[in-house]
Amino acid sequence: MSEATEQEPPKKPAGRRKFELDPRLASYKGVWVFVEHERGVAHPVSWELMGEGRKLADTLGVPLAGVVMGAPGIQARRFCEDAFHYGADLCYLMEDPVMADYRNQPFTKGLTDLVNAYQPEILLLGATTLGRDLAGSVATTLQTGLTADCTELNIDLENRSLAATRPTFGGSLLCTIVTLNYRPQMATVRPRVMSMPKKDDTRSGSIIEHSLGMIETDIVTKVLEYIPDNLQGKPQLPFADIIVSGGRGMKRPENFQLIWDLAKVLGAEVGATRPVVQAGWVELDRQVGQSGKTVRPKLYIAAGISGAIQHRVGMDASDVIIAINSDPNAPIFDFATYGIVGNAMTILPALTDAFRQQLATAKVAV
Amino acid sequence: MHIVVCIKQVPDSAQIRVHPVTNTIMRQGVPAIVNPYDLFSLEAALRLKDEYGARVTVLCMGPPQAEAALRKAISFGADDAILVTDRAFAGSDTLATSFALASAIRKIQEDMPVDIVFAGKQTIDGDTAQVGPGIAKRLDLQLLTYVSSIVDLDLDKREITLHRRAEGGVQVLQTRLPCLITMLEGTNEMRFATMPNMFRAARYPLKQWDKDAAGIEDVSKIGLKGSPTIVSKVFAPQAKSQRAEIIDCESKEPKDLAVTLLTKMFTKYPNLPEEIAKVNA
Repeated sequence: MSEATEQEPPKKPAGRRKFELDPRLASYKGVWVFVEHERGVAHPVSWELMGEGRKLADTLGVPLAGVVMGAPGIQARRFCEDAFHYGADLCYLMEDPVMADYRNQPFTKGLTDLVNAYQPEILLLGATTLGRDLAGSVATTLQTGLTADCTELNIDLENRSLAATRPTFGGSLLCTIVTLNYRPQMATVRPRVMSMPKKDDTRSGSIIEHSLGMIETDIVTKVLEYIPDNLQGKPQLPFADIIVSGGRGMKRPENFQLIWDLAKVLGAEVGATRPVVQAGWVELDRQVGQSGKTVRPKLYIAAGISGAIQHRVGMDASDVIIAINSDPNAPIFDFATYGIVGNAMTILPALTDAFRQQLATAKVAV
Repeated sequence: MHIVVCIKQVPDSAQIRVHPVTNTIMRQGVPAIVNPYDLFSLEAALRLKDEYGARVTVLCMGPPQAEAALRKAISFGADDAILVTDRAFAGSDTLATSFALASAIRKIQEDMPVDIVFAGKQTIDGDTAQVGPGIAKRLDLQLLTYVSSIVDLDLDKREITLHRRAEGGVQVLQTRLPCLITMLEGTNEMRFATMPNMFRAARYPLKQWDKDAAGIEDVSKIGLKGSPTIVSKVFAPQAKSQRAEIIDCESKEPKDLAVTLLTKMFTKYPNLPEEIAKVNA
């Protein structure tokens, strides 16, 4: 991704650069997915990526591998099994007591060593706090290209390159980024952006073990303690089935109560756009969009939201989208399922009543 | 103690508009601001300065007009500011950017060793979160991203203890200086600029470094040449094949619109009422 703001995006891929792949790198084959886990639980983004990696590997006609790194024991093996069930053909397993907790130094060395030893052409990681920390360090060490927060991954069959699409310029446009003459081609994808593949418990694969070759005294940073989050009362948007969101069109923070009212009736989570969160109307954990959470609910109700890409990429995988906006030309009507053109401040209470009645009738029917 | 804070000047993305016909960014009139995420790191650095005493140098790579971002940082209380600016940097991706900034920090070190480098968690225009980790790797600094608080700093032992946000909890980490820290958003609030600092910022003789001054000899590592990633296409998102079905009714009363919507929706998606009931159960 181009970091230099003074640059307009090039009209055509930079003219005089050469794009032939270095012969040293032409032997890089296969698609890898880094299997992220913490405290004995695999992060679901790993399996979402495995599903996506499967498609890329099939298109290229190469194997799909999972990379599992952690403390020795039954758990690491279990993650390998899970990786097979979600689509991997093989797993690279690196077990070492120093990798019990995530720390940048041993994980960067471990993953870099694996890449250098087994040479994959594509390496995918989740765009989590762990994945972004690790991906940035590994890409710099390997001196290769890394595309962050992709929303779409494809293979350009002409040159077998990974075409990684992501929002750019604060989410007003999309861009497709390629890494033509460096390997591996690295990309991160945020949780919930890709759909969860079906698990197939009959699948299995082979495990290739590789050692880290580090001891605790080699590692400068120590984990003194781990304080698990208290999830009680914390919004859980990524896995919510119903979400009611508000944007700047709600006009005033007080009006946001209408969003909460509808959410309460539906048992829904409350979401918001970036400007609303920046204005402090709701907490950061509720931000839906490129710089917030990606969600895939069965029903998403967007009130006073214009539908800028920044927000759209975080929610357009929702099954049904209801949009309420006073501007008939708002982009949200280009991709919502249902639209109501009107004042959210009067439509929302009406919708709350209608849902309340419908739910009451449904209960009586049961 | 010497602290370097890397900042970036970015267009205020909330105000970016895309030309409807040409699909290009309309930059005219879009104000440039200090990347908001960088301010959490700058404030954290200034707090360390308040508590332990430090020289805070702000470093920015960008076009000449990015000078404004550095003056802003001086007005908040930074001591020195360096703008790394050169046509040769144009088109740099994150790998090339971290190379240039790391070279500049090495140059800064010649004057006074650096104990802590701060960078923003990510920028609001690139959103990659890659430059911080890249600089740390190149300078062999301990990398501490997503830091929510700095708990303790022992300058004699050269040890720092801090909280780092992990996916399901918080890691309490202890490491040795020198290190690179990126602060999590919302972890502090930028102070107001004082009057004397504002005057100082206006008069401050800003240092401008070109690539040579920043100690960069290998031009194949910067700009487009030094960037493995290539933007092959920039485009506006496709509208879905079908636009939203706009709900309308004769009365146009909110109540009737709501009922019409629910009737239509539950006819087309008959499982939805059950799903809603399930969430409510």
